[in-house]
Amino acid sequence: MNPFRPPSLSLRFIPVWRRNFLVWRKLAIPSILGNLADPMIYMLGLGYGIGTLLPEVGGVPYMAFLAAGAVCFSTMNSATFEALYSAFSRMQVQKTWDAILNAPVALDDVLLAELVWAASKACLSGAAILAVAAALGLVASPLALWTLPVIFLAGLAFAALGLVMTALAPSYDFFMYYFTLFVTPMTLLSGVFFPVEQLPAAFQAVSAVLPLSHAVQLARPLFSGEVPAQAALHVAVLAGYAVTAFWLALGLARRRLLK
Amino acid sequence: METLSVVDLHKAYGTTAVLAGLTFELRRGECYGLLGPNGAGKTTTLRCALGLTTPDAGTIRLAGLPVPQRAREARARIGIVPQMDNLDPDFTAAENLLVYGRYFGLADAAVRARIPQLLEFAGLTGRADAKIATLSGGMKRRLTLARALVNDPDLLFLDEPTTGLDPQARHLIWERLKQLLAQGKTVLLTTHFMDEAERLCHRLAIMDRGRFIAEGSPREVIAAHIEPEVVEVYGEPGESSAVAWARDEAAQFAARVEVAGETAFCYLTDSHPLLRHLAGQRGLRYLHRPANLEDVFLKLTGRDLRD
Repeated sequence: MNPFRPPSLSLRFIPVWRRNFLVWRKLAIPSILGNLADPMIYMLGLGYGIGTLLPEVGGVPYMAFLAAGAVCFSTMNSATFEALYSAFSRMQVQKTWDAILNAPVALDDVLLAELVWAASKACLSGAAILAVAAALGLVASPLALWTLPVIFLAGLAFAALGLVMTALAPSYDFFMYYFTLFVTPMTLLSGVFFPVEQLPAAFQAVSAVLPLSHAVQLARPLFSGEVPAQAALHVAVLAGYAVTAFWLALGLARRRLLK
Repeated sequence: METLSVVDLHKAYGTTAVLAGLTFELRRGECYGLLGPNGAGKTTTLRCALGLTTPDAGTIRLAGLPVPQRAREARARIGIVPQMDNLDPDFTAAENLLVYGRYFGLADAAVRARIPQLLEFAGLTGRADAKIATLSGGMKRRLTLARALVNDPDLLFLDEPTTGLDPQARHLIWERLKQLLAQGKTVLLTTHFMDEAERLCHRLAIMDRGRFIAEGSPREVIAAHIEPEVVEVYGEPGESSAVAWARDEAAQFAARVEVAGETAFCYLTDSHPLLRHLAGQRGLRYLHRPANLEDVFLKLTGRDLRD
């Protein structure tokens, strides 16, 4: 059978998602604090530090500009870490996937559960930042609540990309390449910390195809109480990344595990 | 209920044939053993039967369903004890059973009601809330066995269930497997412990390089493939050599003699002349015993190491 045949999805992913949720629940408080601390340090440190040096950025105080970026940055990190390190542990180290595959659950269901779980977890950390940003008065209107579905969708896209790496990885060390060659440059090119318009044209062209840019372009207007321009395009790009990368990840995982 | 039937199974990785035409069928209520050295194809056979590996050719039916086409549904009726423990380290013993039951679509209440009885079967009463890391190797294996029973399967697959266990832990696993067989369950077992196979299996097959080289009940296999008696001859260190004795004298008493290291193994149907001869030899010790499955196994698969 061709390993890259279309995914066969079912609700059987739910018990697998619940397994991950139950583990998370046991460690929820340190996990939330960990997810929150990193982006908060960026947001407050850069926001107060650089923000005081700057006039308004993109029509809003720098702190508010940064808050929308920080939500997307945090979503990306959370989904990526879960889909790389945690999923790899379950696949390769603990053999959790092997145990599940001995039950009447298909690998397609396991991968879908990992995808949705990583996005769910990303959503939790994104929501936590959103709450803090709202408490600091950095959010203009309840329209910002629309950021929640946006970060779930962005979580799916980054989780799917991460699962591709996991399906290919010989060991944890492999993930370093993904961070240094993809995640870090993407963070700097996607308008998280400064407007993309500051970049040379060539970099802007690269930025236009990166999933994080599209997430930021959805979240930032929502934070300032506006409906994003070209919302359908940004949603379609994120969904496209999620579907394509998931399909690829599943094919690679089938080739690796069902041989 | 149908169990497992496999017809003319072939599987190759690259140019290496791992399975080269396997055919066998489990009878209801029996324990069937797959024996073979490392790399013989035992685990690949199990993976094919479960639909986790797609064979290049051959027909498999598991629990009445074609595999791999409907393997996922068929697995709902099977219990599996894998070679490597893959219990969830983040959960307690009871949580492991609960979460595993969910993969079968079982309601939490139904699994919770069965947990005390499953833990009792595993000899883990009172350990419901124990973390996996605090359990011994034998306890983990028993919990894995209990986990395989969470869906009350009629057919169990056990891949080397006692590898790495101490004798006490092995005997306890054997006891539990006998209980399951007494309840009418069918068991497919892979092992490379011959005493385990002789104790538990109604029928067994010896595999090597992806083929069956013997099949039948343990007694039938022994009777068909090897002389009934064995005399192992050892030299006393520094005095005499069993190797020299085997070279010069053994052939007149034994149908077949194998030398491994400093020991001569004599296979024969009537041991009396040899025993009388050995009684008069100075500096040679010997052990006389009936032939067992290990003798057959070594005869058929050779004494060379398989790594």
